[in-house]
Amino acid sequence: MTDTPLISLRSATFGYADRTVVEGVTLTQGPGEVIALLGPNGSGKSTLVKGLLGLSDHLGGEVVLFGTPLARFREKPRIGYVPQRHSLSSSVRATVREVVEVGRLPLRPFWRPSGSEDARAVDEALDAVGLRDREREDVATLSGGQQRRVLIARALAAGPDLLVMDEPTAGVDAANQAVLAEVLSGLAARGTSMLIVTHELAALRDVVTRIVCMDAGHVDFDGAPTAWASGHRGHEAGDAHHHPSPTEAGHSPGLAGIVTDTLPTREVRP
Amino acid sequence: MSDLLSLDFMRQALVAAVLVGLAAPLVGAFLVQRRMSLIGDGIGHVALAGVAIGILTGSMPVFTALVAAVAAAVGVELIRAAGRTSGDIALAVMFYGGIALGVVLISKSSATSPGNLTGYLFGAILTTSRTDIAVFAALAVVVVAVTWALRHRFFAVANDEEFARAAGMPVMGYNIALSVLTAVTVVVSMRVVGLLLITALMIIPNATAQLVSRSFRSSLLAASVIGILSSVGGVVLSFYAETPSGGTIVLLAIATFLVTSVLTGVVARARRAAHERAERHDHEHGPACGHPAIEHDGHVDYLHDGHRHAPHRDHYDEHDGHTHESGADGPGGQQTEEVAR
Repeated sequence: MTDTPLISLRSATFGYADRTVVEGVTLTQGPGEVIALLGPNGSGKSTLVKGLLGLSDHLGGEVVLFGTPLARFREKPRIGYVPQRHSLSSSVRATVREVVEVGRLPLRPFWRPSGSEDARAVDEALDAVGLRDREREDVATLSGGQQRRVLIARALAAGPDLLVMDEPTAGVDAANQAVLAEVLSGLAARGTSMLIVTHELAALRDVVTRIVCMDAGHVDFDGAPTAWASGHRGHEAGDAHHHPSPTEAGHSPGLAGIVTDTLPTREVRP
Repeated sequence: MSDLLSLDFMRQALVAAVLVGLAAPLVGAFLVQRRMSLIGDGIGHVALAGVAIGILTGSMPVFTALVAAVAAAVGVELIRAAGRTSGDIALAVMFYGGIALGVVLISKSSATSPGNLTGYLFGAILTTSRTDIAVFAALAVVVVAVTWALRHRFFAVANDEEFARAAGMPVMGYNIALSVLTAVTVVVSMRVVGLLLITALMIIPNATAQLVSRSFRSSLLAASVIGILSSVGGVVLSFYAETPSGGTIVLLAIATFLVTSVLTGVVARARRAAHERAERHDHEHGPACGHPAIEHDGHVDYLHDGHRHAPHRDHYDEHDGHTHESGADGPGGQQTEEVAR
């Protein structure tokens, strides 16, 4: 592994057409880091990660991916995207394996059929999320948590250097959240770098190595989970509680933090 | 059947039926997947304007219909990509403008009768000229080849456009390609099933295939087979029953769908009664769950407190329910192979 940062943002601004959603974000992610991107609804978390993927517009500042400026970045499969989907059920039948095989397509020209290397990568991705035994099931018959793992496997199949996940645990029941957390910690143990947009840090507490907190289109906390736990818990369940700086370490958790920890999982829709 | 094949025009008609029966469901599968089942109908409306222009100017109606249909197909994708809320209305203006223009122009032409118009709208394979059939056949082969070559990409883009875009796939290009393939299929099929009925042959075999398949791959194959059988069967039937080929083909496809859905409904009910769900437990079986995995007959069971759990959909079934050779002597028996995973 080299020391080139996977992501390097300097005063980056993202949005849609001429509407700015995220402004002046400076952020660097190194290899092996697992960052949880927290913040209330509408704080710009999704817009930020979509900007990295070319799904929202880059409006200003500097964005460098794997040492290449975003505008010239062509190795898109190096970033594995796990979109926010509450259901994979579609209008046609598709097996788990067929959906995961999609992850391999960007790596080969359209005239080349899939080979043994593709099959091996798909096997490995299915093993990593524990769905090899259900590879021939119709994805629409799986539970929400299992479908989320199918999407993770699809992203893993391309062998990405960075996994970007949008709310992987949203709308997933507790038992399946535990399985998901297990899958993610397995990936982290293998050295997979991840950028995880989430509202539910509790489920991912043991996986995350760094926390970035956003509010109103700006980053208002960036540091270790321990520092965040002592002063910034209010963001977890998406309230608009705003802390002006990350220097308040040593604070006891606020009332909001205690209350939100006991709340059941909430579905979050954009 | 031999008297049928001895007729020159009948041989042509059957070749056309096979090609259309294969091409239409193949392209239609991705339209169903994108929830754009009726787009072929709209493109067919615009193709009629092309036919009318061809008749009026004395050029080949097939060629002008093709130009109009492909232009409409590209227009559909551009309107969709713009993502305006008024896109739906723009499509309606385009489609109904097309058919209205077609009807008005054809009425101004001295060379045609109302019967001719019906031939384009509902199919009249037996009155199609030899050169037209040669052109249709060549185009149909191209449609089938391109669709087959790009089937994984079309599947990926229709399955999750956002992911495909993030992974760097040319989503817009594939969408336009599919739309153009739809347009060519509509024109190729207009003499066999007709502009107003072709969408049925694109969609209904796929609806039937969804009932009997478990994967996208198998549903694509099943839809092609059902499409060819309906199409060829419809042409043969229409010859003996002296009915229009298009309507006969579509009725045959619908009958296949109805019979299949009744049969699969009965089978599903029987299966549901036969299969027993395992007790619920909080963990998922896997390499790390501690329960020995037993791989056999192409699936994996897990030995759980002395009985076997087989993954099914989102849950586990009790394995005792169904029989197989090694099941008789129970878990841990001689023939079962415990796999260290």
